[in-house]
Amino acid sequence: MSDAAWCLIQRDLRIAWRRRGGVLLALCFFVLIALLFPLGIGPEAKTLRLIGPGIIWVSALLASLLALPHLFAADYQDGSLEHLLLAPQPLAWLVLNKIVAHWLITGLPLVLVAPVLGLQYTLSGAGLWTLVAALLLGTPILSLFGAIGAALTLGLRSGGTLLALLVLPLYVPVLIFGAGAVEATASGLGEQAHLSLLGGLLILALLGTPVATAAALRLAAES
Amino acid sequence: MSGTSGHPVLQARQLCYCRGERLLIHSLSFALSAGHWIHVRGQNGSGKTTLLRLLAGLLPAESGEVVWQGRIIRGQCAAYRQALCYLGHANGLKDELTPVEHLCWTAALRGAPVSTAKARQALNRLGLRQQADLPCQNLSQGQKRRVALASLSNTQATLWLLDEPFNALDRAACQQLQHLLEQHLVQGGLLILSSHQDVTLAGISPQQVTLSTTPDHV
Repeated sequence: MSDAAWCLIQRDLRIAWRRRGGVLLALCFFVLIALLFPLGIGPEAKTLRLIGPGIIWVSALLASLLALPHLFAADYQDGSLEHLLLAPQPLAWLVLNKIVAHWLITGLPLVLVAPVLGLQYTLSGAGLWTLVAALLLGTPILSLFGAIGAALTLGLRSGGTLLALLVLPLYVPVLIFGAGAVEATASGLGEQAHLSLLGGLLILALLGTPVATAAALRLAAES
Repeated sequence: MSGTSGHPVLQARQLCYCRGERLLIHSLSFALSAGHWIHVRGQNGSGKTTLLRLLAGLLPAESGEVVWQGRIIRGQCAAYRQALCYLGHANGLKDELTPVEHLCWTAALRGAPVSTAKARQALNRLGLRQQADLPCQNLSQGQKRRVALASLSNTQATLWLLDEPFNALDRAACQQLQHLLEQHLVQGGLLILSSHQDVTLAGISPQQVTLSTTPDHV
């Protein structure tokens, strides 16, 4: 059982490596958005420190949204989604592994680049650590919730826009707790509460979203 | 439907399926026993692909049931999916992967991993020795179809559902595929295929299921 799952992750990583240009786009988008704000707002350190966490989080949200349609679209078009649907393994388990691969490709790079962007917003050392921890907990939630939307909009003509409308409201709690954690560190309140809430949300998403995504994929295959 | 001998392994009972307002498949029944095969015929749009997808469990039937080894298949059934190999219109190939990688990963997904050597052997059998390590995007339509069909020779599935398997194949590949299908039947496998061509498999005459395009309205 774990053999097939591991194979699926390996396959998706291999494909991503072979078309790495496309994968890098979301990361470049993330960096660009976060770089543009200081240019528009001005170099005052105090303002930048205040808005930094929020802007980095919104950029991460948008970058994750940009990458979402690729989660299932290629598999749907070339027919390999049917292989997944007809595999003896439970579909929800396979879907979870696909989301893990997707996060490794599109989410993890954001987490790794974020501290550099944080420096630009003059975040303190502790603030940077909190930012990384919050993104590490938060970006998988974005991929998990986003997968439901990606599966529901599969094969629709204006799927991209609909996907944004469906998924962005689900992202709100992640944004609030994620940006809140960094602000809490900066103000000396401690980030523990925010990170715990993010962790709880991650567990909830891990349990619930693969099943919902699997159901949505079965619906997509019927049309 | 006559022509079966022995105990039926796969049965369809009164299968119905509607697409929109149209009754596409109307009360279709058949029984298939080990070592036999069904040739699904019909004009374009008569529901051949739909029938195969129904049998694979990709579509839910409006009414009626599919029975596999005496058990009614409803929704999720791991044992049925284990025994099933479905090949649709789309080949399910990834442009970025090579044929060898494709065979290895589909086999692992089905829970029966194969070595690269065995994957190469399967590709050789369908005349793809030179293309085994090229990315699939460099292959022609017929070669892609061959790669998809090559996975048949590694599968342990007993029931093969093939949607127009002869499409895009040249004459040599058609013969190799026929040989593969005959081998499968001799080993006691079951086969349901749709094709516009006449298909003759040595020694075993098919049951014919013909779908009509009569405008039945619900």
